[in-house]
Amino acid sequence: MTEKQKIAHLYRRAGFGMNIREELSGTLNGEIERVMNSNQQWEELFLQGEDRVTTGQLMAMSPEERREIIQDLAGNVKKLNLEWLRIMGKAEGQLREKLSLFFHGHFAVRVRKFNHVETYINTIRKYSLGYFGDLLMAVSKEPAMLRFLNNVQNKKNSPNENFAREVMELFSLGRGNYTENDIKEAARAFTGWGISEEDEFELKRNQHDSGMKTVFGKTGNWEGEDVIRMILENPQTALFITRKLYRFFVNDQVNEVRVKELADGFFKSRYHIPTLMRTILSASWFYEDENVGCLIKSPVDLIVSLNRTLGISYENPQPLLAVQRVLGQTLFFPPNVAGWAGGRNWIDNSTLITRLNLPKRIADSAELDISYKNNMDDANPNEVDKPKAKKTLACSVNWTLFLQKFDKIPKVDRFNAVCDLLLACNASLQQPRIMKPATSDSEELKQITLYILRTPEYQLS
Amino acid sequence: MKRRDFIKLSGLTTTAALIPGFLKAFEGKTGNFSGKRVVIVQLSGGNDGLNTLVPFRNDIYYKERPKLGIKPETLLKITDEAGFNPALTGFRKLFDGGRMAICNGVGYPNPDRSHFRSMDIWQTGSNADEYLNTGWIGRLLDSKCKGCDNPWYAVEVDDTLSLAMKGNLKSGFAVKDPARLQTLMQDSFLRQLADQKTESASGELAFLYKTLAQTTSSAAYIYEKSKVYKSTLTYPQLQLGNELKQIAELIRSGIESKIFYTGISGFDTHVQQTNTHARLLQIVGDSLSTFTDDLAAGGELENTVILVFSEFGRRVKQNASNGTDHGTANNVYIIGGNLKQGGMRNPLSDLSDLDSGDLKMQLDFRSIYSTILGSWLNVDSKLILGREFSNLGFV
Repeated sequence: MTEKQKIAHLYRRAGFGMNIREELSGTLNGEIERVMNSNQQWEELFLQGEDRVTTGQLMAMSPEERREIIQDLAGNVKKLNLEWLRIMGKAEGQLREKLSLFFHGHFAVRVRKFNHVETYINTIRKYSLGYFGDLLMAVSKEPAMLRFLNNVQNKKNSPNENFAREVMELFSLGRGNYTENDIKEAARAFTGWGISEEDEFELKRNQHDSGMKTVFGKTGNWEGEDVIRMILENPQTALFITRKLYRFFVNDQVNEVRVKELADGFFKSRYHIPTLMRTILSASWFYEDENVGCLIKSPVDLIVSLNRTLGISYENPQPLLAVQRVLGQTLFFPPNVAGWAGGRNWIDNSTLITRLNLPKRIADSAELDISYKNNMDDANPNEVDKPKAKKTLACSVNWTLFLQKFDKIPKVDRFNAVCDLLLACNASLQQPRIMKPATSDSEELKQITLYILRTPEYQLS
Repeated sequence: MKRRDFIKLSGLTTTAALIPGFLKAFEGKTGNFSGKRVVIVQLSGGNDGLNTLVPFRNDIYYKERPKLGIKPETLLKITDEAGFNPALTGFRKLFDGGRMAICNGVGYPNPDRSHFRSMDIWQTGSNADEYLNTGWIGRLLDSKCKGCDNPWYAVEVDDTLSLAMKGNLKSGFAVKDPARLQTLMQDSFLRQLADQKTESASGELAFLYKTLAQTTSSAAYIYEKSKVYKSTLTYPQLQLGNELKQIAELIRSGIESKIFYTGISGFDTHVQQTNTHARLLQIVGDSLSTFTDDLAAGGELENTVILVFSEFGRRVKQNASNGTDHGTANNVYIIGGNLKQGGMRNPLSDLSDLDSGDLKMQLDFRSIYSTILGSWLNVDSKLILGREFSNLGFV
């Protein structure tokens, strides 16, 4: 691989690809530094001018009023979705956003109260470049999490084990590294972890079981925080998280020896995520052929990288919700607590063809022309037929800026130059035999670009 | 998935899988297909089972549903204690004709009252505390069953594919409108892509090109079949009616697909449910009644089993808005021309023995899947569902 290809690979994996204003220049080491050091400033996700109805206020309402308000405010989760997409597209701190997308899938929750979603995702974004332990502790106390995994129903006299189970199985240790009894006892330690009337974490003393518990073979009057601390003391947690990060950032096919090494370092660094990421992004194996172009982009990755590459600005980004939906990944609506399966699971005949047609529809500001399944979160109860994505993808592509990049490149070399810029694996892609006769050089370059963006190759990172 | 497993299971080498000619060989197959097939009709939103099949001798039913309870005299009675919602004339005809089996109190342990979670459980066939990313039909496709290599083995009549239809190695095929899909696939751009020399491609790239090639050949196959027979029957002019009509046309045209997936939503009747619910049931009953007539006229009903399910039932007690809230166990309807045992397969749910206001489960939904997989499709259901479930004997 050339230095330029390595830099492009770095930007595809550590973020959502290069944006239209960035050039493939500089040294790989310099760019790694830039990726690692550009995350200091970040913008909180916050919907201006929206009412935040607290749990206390909701509880004072009748069930009908409550349902209505929740239904009304559920639309704000979609606004947050689009807002995050926008930030992913423009943020300087790409690694923070990419890691946050990973951790959103890892700590997958799905709630309708948008202010819970807001604080949840900002907590993830805040700690995604910090220590995993801090992240785990903070996310565990997020109202969205407490609600989604029923810890608000976990009370001394009627324990609910949902959170205690998932915190071990999905968030830290992984199956086989705890017993059913550990879950039972840990659930007792988490009793009373709830939400205050002001929508903040609150330990409800009268619901909390402060008795002796035996978790992971240790007996004490453990609190929830103690359980999380014990989970982090087990190197298995470092291994589990590292393996999952490796599958997301490096390769779905895990090199266990390498992951073990990385996990040891992660554990020694007390779970410092930036240290682990720097090790991965600086490793020579990260740039070896087997690790390049081997990941199928997630729908969000695809959408955001298209936006960045072409400098797309949407008049109305609403249809991007439908794009996410039909492609199988809607931010803040993961399928379940286990998150998105990813990899080949993204692909079936429908999603593949939609992906291949998407750049054209965007370039033409056309309709998506596809109906999506009613997922019941926002359904109109009287809606019998499936909703159709009717709105056009009204947007403008910054062709002027994009085409300028190739001004100095001889016409015969342009196809390969665009491939180099856009594709992770371009070895086999041939120039299309028949092209519409182009009226100008720039028209031809547009056609070439759209062709390349619509290939299976472009689906890979 | 590991690449070598993929190769092993699909029985294809990487390069062979990429040669369009190899795939096009599937297109040549014709002749009358006599295999047994399954049509799945999903009612989304949580159908109110108690107002679908009403236990009209039960005082608790009328006591808990003072406004919503349906009067005995208006019901379409099928036994001395159960009657269909008056809108379900279609179901009554099927039941009386011996073409319907009813399972009561179908659910799973530790029921989840969230739509999407419970639907995931039904579609994947998982336990309530287990998260699978493959569906039960998807795993059937993965199981090397006879004919499973054809991407159109399992067809969902929609633009997008349900989790139920996704396997690890293979997935079902989503097509809402065969003609439109065929036009889409004939797009000059996609045709050029199919000409890409991809012999050297491996891994994910080969997988994507293979999916593309299969989509092209499947779209052509389904489109050809869709032109053979056009139904003359009148289906309800609504989505479910249209979709079932399309399935009937494909079946009567001799398509070799074994699984068809379709559905209707709108069953989340929290508010003023009576009319909404009746309207939905009317669509379901009429569509399925016409569909079975269509298949029977073509001699295809004997080979068909239809499964009608919803992600959960609703609470016994009506709510303050003359609607019902999310519940648990529910009725499942199995329809076919060749049922071994039709009629009521088990007693109505006991309304005096509830689990905090909800029906208790009598049958695990996977025993229905297992019966269909094992006794109808003759595959090893344990391989697909992970363990044995009792055979309910309806097929």
